Amino acid sequence: MATILPHDDSRRPLLVRIGGARWVSPLVLLVLWEIGARTGLIPARTLAAPSAVLATMGEMIASGELGHNVLVSLGRAGVGLAIGLLVGGLLAVVAGLSRRGEAAIDSPVQMLRTLPTLALTPLFIVWFGIGETPKIVLIAVATTFPVYLNLYNGIRGVDARLIEAARAFGLTQGQIIRDVVLPGALPSLLVGLRYALSISILILVVAEQINASSGLGYLINNARDFMRTDIIVVCLMVYAALGLGADAVVRLIERRSLVWRPTILEARS
Amino acid sequence: MTAPIPFPTRPQPVVALRRFTRRFGRNTVIDGLDLEIAEGEFVALLGRSGSGKTTLLRTLAGLDGPSEGEVRVPKSRAVVFQDARLLPWQRVWRNVVLGLGGRDARERAEKALAEVGLDHRADAWPLTLSGGEAQRAALARALVREPKVLLLDEPFAALDALTRIQMHDLVLGLWRRHRPAVLLITHDIDEAIALADRVLVLDGGRIVAEEQITDARPRSPDAALRHRLLARLGVTHASSPAVHDAWARAAE
Repeated sequence: MATILPHDDSRRPLLVRIGGARWVSPLVLLVLWEIGARTGLIPARTLAAPSAVLATMGEMIASGELGHNVLVSLGRAGVGLAIGLLVGGLLAVVAGLSRRGEAAIDSPVQMLRTLPTLALTPLFIVWFGIGETPKIVLIAVATTFPVYLNLYNGIRGVDARLIEAARAFGLTQGQIIRDVVLPGALPSLLVGLRYALSISILILVVAEQINASSGLGYLINNARDFMRTDIIVVCLMVYAALGLGADAVVRLIERRSLVWRPTILEARS
Repeated sequence: MTAPIPFPTRPQPVVALRRFTRRFGRNTVIDGLDLEIAEGEFVALLGRSGSGKTTLLRTLAGLDGPSEGEVRVPKSRAVVFQDARLLPWQRVWRNVVLGLGGRDARERAEKALAEVGLDHRADAWPLTLSGGEAQRAALARALVREPKVLLLDEPFAALDALTRIQMHDLVLGLWRRHRPAVLLITHDIDEAIALADRVLVLDGGRIVAEEQITDARPRSPDAALRHRLLARLGVTHASSPAVHDAWARAAE
């Protein structure tokens, strides 16, 4: 007969316990990177040491340089995203709710979405010059598609039985859209929003290479010219942080607006 | 209406269908159906799947129209579907008063929920309800409108046997208190016999049998009636020659 003993972590040797943790290997890599830079194995012009990157970041924050340029970049992404959300959302509502709207909107959008948005850059520069407009338009266009596609599918996927029940209880067309169709499509819209957020940052990186005089892209371009890999790494870290932040924002919105879903209910209780 | 009233003893019908026909393409689902339901009457409609039950209910619920004939249903009607069809993103009490305005909405919802024994779940999310609870909420949603006609579309089919018995009592109690005309669509003969004043059998888009039940509720099983209805639904027990005798007697 086998006896099953209670599992007790404290009996295992300390080193084994630490070796199993997930944060260990990134930390080891970071230490190796620092050692490599200090011993000259990794030249500063190839990749600055983590300590140097941190120091540079501190200076850039203190001087306000980083904050200002991050805000400029965030503004571009935010305005572009807002336009994309609005346009994509409106198109999806019209196409999702009416047959005529679908006929008029869906096929052109499905055709256009096969174009890689970044390939439109030269055209936008010809049309809008090299100021703020082409950067914002690029982000707006790129984010329109994920919002449209997901919301449109969400609207079409709303349970027809719920719509039928609402009709049987005498709800008007407007009430059905407000109380049944749009809330039913909300989870899909949030999926679209999540895609749109990460795409907006992706496009931001490229759009800001167009003759920018401020913003993260400007910082990176300048740093490249002076071979300041420390500044480049700082900017890369900011981009990563923006991506994480965007994800956190969508998670928060989901938790707030989809409280009725069992997965979220269970996670709470 | 100029048509002769087939049951002169019953009061003014609240639902009246005359020569009601519904076709989908070439397929005739309901074929010249006549049906009257009196005020406060409890009618059960039995039928196999494909007999036209759902089409009839959708028409009475105002979700579909006739191809031919005349359909008279009051606007004051409410439906309980087989699946509760509560909006998952609205709390239970908001589902109950769906589409109804008014400042006392919450109060009315709570009253209706109390009647079905679900007032403690007023603030719950529908997806956390059990099947029986969801159907109670759907009943409350129908009741709160004080309908003249209550349409029940196999509302207990998805419930377990014990919950179903409880729901039968609940529905009977609510019917006695509010006295709507009820049309219960079901494929459960025992359910029809236990609840209804009158049992109709729908087959091929026509009413092929009609049984009045005058026994007081709760009812003891009536084997002969059960066999007659089963035979009309095309189910015959090899072991029961009584079926044919019963029909022969009934035809006399």
